[in-house]
Amino acid sequence: MFGFCSDPSQIDGLTWLACYLTTGKHMAFYGSFGTVLILLAVTAPVAMLFGFGGAAAARSRFLPLSLFGKGYTAIVRGVPDIAFFLFFVIALDQGFEYLRHKVKCPDWDAPIRQGNDFVVCAEAKLPLSTSPQWMHETYGFFLAVLTFAIVFGAFAANVLYGAMRAVPRGQIETAEAYGMTQRQAFWRILVPQMWIFALPGLGNLWMILVKATPLLFLLGVEDIVYWARDLGGTKLARFSDYPHGDWRIWYFLALLVFYLLLTWVSEKALARLTRRLSHGQATAAGEALRKAGA
Amino acid sequence: MNACLQTIADYGLRSIGIGERLLPRTDFTLCQQFTLIGSGMIWNIYFGVLALMAGFFLATLVAVGKSSRSRLTRKPAEWFVFVFRGSPLFIQFFFAYAVFLAMKGSHPALDVLTSAWLGALIVLFLNTSAYAAEIFHGALKSIPKGDLEAADAYGISGWHRFRRITFPTMLRLAWPAYTNEAIFLFHATTLVFFSGFPAWQQRGDALYYASYFADKTFNPFVPYPILAGYFILLTLGVIGLYGLINRRLNRHLPQEARRRLRIRPNLIR
Repeated sequence: MFGFCSDPSQIDGLTWLACYLTTGKHMAFYGSFGTVLILLAVTAPVAMLFGFGGAAAARSRFLPLSLFGKGYTAIVRGVPDIAFFLFFVIALDQGFEYLRHKVKCPDWDAPIRQGNDFVVCAEAKLPLSTSPQWMHETYGFFLAVLTFAIVFGAFAANVLYGAMRAVPRGQIETAEAYGMTQRQAFWRILVPQMWIFALPGLGNLWMILVKATPLLFLLGVEDIVYWARDLGGTKLARFSDYPHGDWRIWYFLALLVFYLLLTWVSEKALARLTRRLSHGQATAAGEALRKAGA
Repeated sequence: MNACLQTIADYGLRSIGIGERLLPRTDFTLCQQFTLIGSGMIWNIYFGVLALMAGFFLATLVAVGKSSRSRLTRKPAEWFVFVFRGSPLFIQFFFAYAVFLAMKGSHPALDVLTSAWLGALIVLFLNTSAYAAEIFHGALKSIPKGDLEAADAYGISGWHRFRRITFPTMLRLAWPAYTNEAIFLFHATTLVFFSGFPAWQQRGDALYYASYFADKTFNPFVPYPILAGYFILLTLGVIGLYGLINRRLNRHLPQEARRRLRIRPNLIR
């Protein structure tokens, strides 16, 4: 990166550190913090969508749909989340490949499960074995996002379902008295008012989502944990320009600080959001805001 | 049937090193999967029970410290809770393992820290203490003012007041939330062998064996549901036990005022 870094064995002290911290691998390490943030930015809205769908389904009057919604929210309770992460990634991958196999190779007659192997035709492989490396990485990341969204969607559905029921009944009755249809009352009255009731739960969920991101490592994505282990391990002079001992403590300390900062910032942001959403609501917090303003 | 009994005899206590040494490699039967994953549950229960029991005392201490008026005791307690609740348990495991490894060289007595049965237990203990301390702290703040005033009126003060009034009320108020904490601490124990701590001689917990089977058979649809079944049973057991304690804590209250346990397990910590 810097000109004076061309021969690392000749420098020491701060210059050495400056060169060490700007190697290509370290750049990938810094980039992986971006991966985590992208995962958060993509997963949160998708999980919200899943959750909203699940909650709306659970409220449905149509029995199979409501059972589906309730089953979806119930499924992530009682079982360790990490088991779901390990399960869904393989299950989704095999599911996609199975569907593509059925569509693309209809005249394939060998069984797909051969003993301990899962065999699909070459055209059905995801991603294709001929595709470039970045496709493989993107596909892995996509599976991770989908897994996170399914698991956290179930949890969000739980929160939103509770929030929908917390909106005062009188509000819906008033809407009906004005002649709104069920659909209108749902979209115009219930949905705008439910957020303040959902916010504590969703905020909690966000914190949990933040703290779940290191599990990306288990899903095979090259995330911060992967790089911290890789870079922190002992480096010998024979294999590296920058030999050092076991520095994993420092790398994991950096991750710890990163997560603490993320939590701290989220707490502040959520506090502001709560204040904003309380505006004009028929709750104690909303009343306090009204009095303070008047 | 007999083959299955034989499997149970071979692998029932495999996770603590008793029985057959080699794990099955080919021709996995359902019985083997049930037995080995169940055997791994021993570790989950071991970690969960010990961390909860030890964590209870530290949590009470930290909660009292956090509600104290003196900065000298309040600040350390607040930081303790923030650090352990604000960062992922997964990272805490990795970090602690790296620290234990570095300490290993300095004194022979510290060698055991790098093994999961002690090292991971310490991390879980500190982690659950922080979460429970936050719950207890919230309960301490919501103790009815009248209870404390009544204690004052009767001349009960100091340690005596804490022991007879504050502590039981705090426990009663915190219990439903504490039940959830216990449930998801048990879930968190599955992280141990995925976070640096080595499973010595393949003695792992339930998830360790479940993922072993999933890797070997490329079929996640059998081992993970088995694991899920075991955990649902464990969760029900925890709810039952904590429900009994909850009943006892609330026994002096009229039926209506009793706080029902509301189970809402959390995801990851």
